[in-house]
Formats: sequence, C-alpha cells, structure tokens
Amino acid sequence: MSEQQYAPGTHPDLKPPIGQSGLLFWFRKNLFSSPFNVLLTLLTAYILYLMIPPMLNWAFFDAVFVADSREHCRELGQGACWAFIDNRIDQFTYGFYPVDERWRVILCFFLFLLAMLPILWDKTPARRKMLWFSLAFPFIGYWLLVGGYGLTPVETTRFGGFMLTLVIGITGIACSMPIGIALALGRQSEMPIIRWLSTCFIEFIRGVPLITLLFVASTMLNYFLPPGTTFDLILRVLIMVTLFSSAYIAEVVRGGLQAIPKGQGEAADALGLNYGKSMRFIILPQALKISIPGIVNTFIGLFKDTTLVVIIGLLDPLGIGRASLSDIKWAGLAAEVYIFVALFFFICCFSMSRYSIYLENKLHTGHKR
Amino acid sequence: MSDTAQNTMKVSDDVMITINEMHKWYGDFHVLKNINLSVNHGERIVICGPSGSGKSTLIRCINRLEEHQRGDIVVDGTTLTNDLKNIEQIRREVGMVFQHFNLFPHLTVMENCTLAPIWVRKMPKAEAEAVAMKYLERVKIPDQAGKYPGQLSGGQQQRVAIARSLCMNPKIMLFDEPTSALDPEMIKEVLDVMIELAREGMTMICVTHEMGFAKTVANRVIFMDGGEIIEQNAPAEFFDNPQNDRTKLFLSQILAH
Repeated sequence: MSEQQYAPGTHPDLKPPIGQSGLLFWFRKNLFSSPFNVLLTLLTAYILYLMIPPMLNWAFFDAVFVADSREHCRELGQGACWAFIDNRIDQFTYGFYPVDERWRVILCFFLFLLAMLPILWDKTPARRKMLWFSLAFPFIGYWLLVGGYGLTPVETTRFGGFMLTLVIGITGIACSMPIGIALALGRQSEMPIIRWLSTCFIEFIRGVPLITLLFVASTMLNYFLPPGTTFDLILRVLIMVTLFSSAYIAEVVRGGLQAIPKGQGEAADALGLNYGKSMRFIILPQALKISIPGIVNTFIGLFKDTTLVVIIGLLDPLGIGRASLSDIKWAGLAAEVYIFVALFFFICCFSMSRYSIYLENKLHTGHKR
Repeated sequence: MSDTAQNTMKVSDDVMITINEMHKWYGDFHVLKNINLSVNHGERIVICGPSGSGKSTLIRCINRLEEHQRGDIVVDGTTLTNDLKNIEQIRREVGMVFQHFNLFPHLTVMENCTLAPIWVRKMPKAEAEAVAMKYLERVKIPDQAGKYPGQLSGGQQQRVAIARSLCMNPKIMLFDEPTSALDPEMIKEVLDVMIELAREGMTMICVTHEMGFAKTVANRVIFMDGGEIIEQNAPAEFFDNPQNDRTKLFLSQILAH
C-alpha cells in the first residue's frame, strides 16, 4: 500500500497504527515476545501454581480461627492457628493497659484519625477550624492516654502492643519533621554558630546507632539527672527517637533545599520578601515537595525502628509476641505471631508510601525538573 | 520600532540611583572597578558588553542581590548598607526581571503576581488580584492567570515575570538579559512589553544585547568591559561614533552578521 501524498504544509494529523495497544498486545509484548520469554513465562506460571495454593490453604482454607489451645487447633485443622492471635488480640493491641480504661485508647485513636484528616486531605470541610483541633490533639491525646484531671492515671509502663508502636511512631514523626526542617535550615545558615551547632548535632546523632541512644535513654540518663528525679521511660524513648529521625529528616530536606535553583531565592529577595517569608512561601514548599520520597522513607524507617524498644524492656507487638510464645498452652506458633505482626507493619508502612505518591501527584504542577 | 519614540519620553532631573566609586570583589577577583553612575527619574539605560564584563553583577548590586565592598550606592534616597530594613525598603521599590524568568513553579501565574503585594505591601487579596489582572492584561496574557508557569511558553513566562515585578508598583525596573533565554520568535513579544513600559516613563536599566531595542528606547548606552565602564553615550553617538577601541571591537563583533 503506497503512502498517500500531501502537499507540503497540508499533512493532517493521523491516527496511530492499529494493533499497538490493548490487553492482547500487552501480553504479546511483555510475556511472549521470544521463545525464551515464552519458556520463562510458563516456568514462572508453574512455580506460582506450586506455591500459591498451599499458601492459601495454610493461611485461609485449612486455618483454624476458633480454638482453646494449640492441641485443639491441630484437631480442627492442619493450617494456621489464628485462634491464638484472636486469643491474644487485646494484649497485642493495648499491652497491659487496664481493661476498664481501654475505651480511652480507642477514643484517642479515632480522635487521631479526625485530627489527621485536615492535615492529609486539603478538601476537608471546614479545614481551618479542623486544623485547630489537630493542633490541640497532642494535648487531648496525652490526657486520654496518661490520665489525670478527672481520668484515672495510667502508668506509661503499662503501654504496649500496637498502641505503643503508634504512640512512639506518630509522636516521633510529628516532632521530628519541624525539628528536622529547622536543622536543615540551620545547617545552611549564614550564621556560623547556628551552622556549626546544627552540623555537630546532625553528624553526632547520625553517627550513632539508635539502639545506643535507646540504651542511653534507659540507663545513662539517670547518671546525668539529679538523684531522685524520675523521668518517664517512654518519654525518654520518644525524645531519643525524635532526635534520631530529625537528624535524618534534616539531611533529606537539605538535599531538597540544594535542588532548588538559586534564582528562586533571588526572585523572592528581589520582590522584597524577607528570609522567613521567602522560606515559607517559595523555598520550603518546593524543597519539601522534592524531599517527599526521602521524608517518607525516613518515617517508614522510624516506624519500623520502634520495634527496637523491646531491647530496653518495652513490650511492643514483637515483644508481646515473643512473650506469648512462651505460653505452654500455645507453644510453637511463631509463624502465626510474626506474620500477624508483619502484616500490621506492612499495612501502616504501605499506607504511608501510597499517601506519599498521592501527594506527589497532587503537587505536580507541570513544571520540568 | 520608530526612532521618534525617544522624543516622546521625558526625563526629569530627579536622581533615582547614584553609584559612587563602587568596587566589588568575589574573593580576590576584582569584578567591578570604580563604577560611577547616576540615573535620573524616567531614564532608560542599556548596558552592554562582552560576557564576564560585570554588567549583570552591576545591576544586581543595585538591589543588593550582590554586596559591594567599597563606595556608595544610593537608590531613591536610601543608601545601601548591611541594614536589612534598608535593603528590604529598596527591594520593594526596585523590580527585577531575570534571564531565566525565575517564576515560582509551584504557584499559579496569579499567585506569582499577588504573593509579594499581599505579604510585603500588605494589600488585601481582592485588591492584589485586581492589580495583578491589570498588569497581566498589559502584558497581554490575562487568560493564563490560572495556569502554572510550567504550562507557558518562554515568552509568556517572561511577560508574567515582568507583570509580577510591576505588581509591586516599583519606581525602577532592572532587566538582566531578559531575552537571552528565549527562542527568536518570542523575543519580540517581550521587547514590545518593555518598549511600552519605557514609553510610560519607567526608570529602566537593561542589560541586553538587543541593539535594536537600545537604539529605540535608550537615553544612554553604557559599554562595560573587564569590570569597568568603558564608554557611555546617547545611542546615536554610541553606535555611529564609538570612541574607545574596545567599544569599536565589540560593536563590530555583534553587528557584523
């Protein structure tokens, strides 16, 4: 078939050739493009066929969801013994928080979701008023969890399980963000003392393993404080986790700041914006946008690192899991416990990751980078 | 571009900018040497010269994007010192347009134009938007107000940058090679805006290689080389009868083709 001829300057826009898109085309291109690829595809399909059904059988079809003990489980089915998790779910969730006061934890959790809504989603109705609530939430949350002022006081040593992970993770994330930004700006400051202090802090904290800091928090701090002072262990852990991740955030944000062309700050200066306004409206919005993947990366790392508190005697979900494994009635169910805990962490971290992608797409304004 | 345009543009005797025995160094490198320059209200000055001659650095000293080490710069009666209040005061009155536009990519065209009036001039938002619309109409892109800079062509972006500066209602406009980063067919649309601005009596200092623009609107053309002002003259004299050898060489090079 010969190409149709057009006079110069009159060539119309044509449709692309057919057969270059669609499901069938995708399969042919990605799975069956050459004999070797056909072989690989068939081999992979066979391996999946061998693996997936037994896994599903273990986790769902042969699994036992209601039972009294491990023996009972085995009598009922050969799969996973989820009854064990069901049996321990309260401990996994609340640790040793007093049973009568657990409603406070649940209330606190839902208030937290409410407080996050206007921060994470800019189309929240009455967003400005809601943000005031978000600002007040840390105090409300503290009051609900710790008690006092009309509520029964609960010692923080009774915190545990997912609740402990969430308390440490969320507080660490919320506090390390502003501190990290301040450190990043400090490290770029033209004032030598501020620059020097920020650099020292970042390099020191980054150069030390988190476990070391947690040990310092749990034991050494007593030597430095005046005798007789009691300093809540969880509070100490919170401070250390926050400082640790703020040093990382600072470096991630500094990377973002350096990626902003010099002209942006100059344009802001030339318009008469002072340092604070230039940072607030011009530099930081762009720098933080570029830093989103790194920031979320740090937060996910922090969230998972909360499991390290088990080393200084706090019972996070892993700690609870380990403790419950020593129960003779349920002994030997490690797979169920660790899969369950892994699932919890995966859901939390994967949500953070998805949200960061949503945010990146939302903030994309069609400019080239 | 008509040569009669110059006659319709009046220059008054009030001095807007005085630069007196000004020197600047980058480390040990002496970039600007003994600069003396006085700019009157309504004057249009074009600065040209080879690359690295210090012309951009000179105009960047006027709004303190660069610091000078010796001599005085007085802008609109305020002497430039390290005092931040002074610097901010001067920057409010001096608009600047950059070679690479430097629009804020995360803000819409309208937000680019209203940010400084709202936060520096404390203008109510509605008023700032009305002002912005007025200037966007003047640079002939009111219909792009809701778009982001990344969605505009280079010429349109530079016109937005001019409008953004004008929204602060500046007394002086500095142009740092405003057409150097543009495709040839977009240069004219930006120059047209600048010519119109000149006709309205804006005090302007332009670093540019657009000699046609210099001939049409400038009262004075300044030639710089090696950090010094080599020669300055009215455009007709400057182009037809250059005095210094370096000026002659430069002009022969840029006007050769």
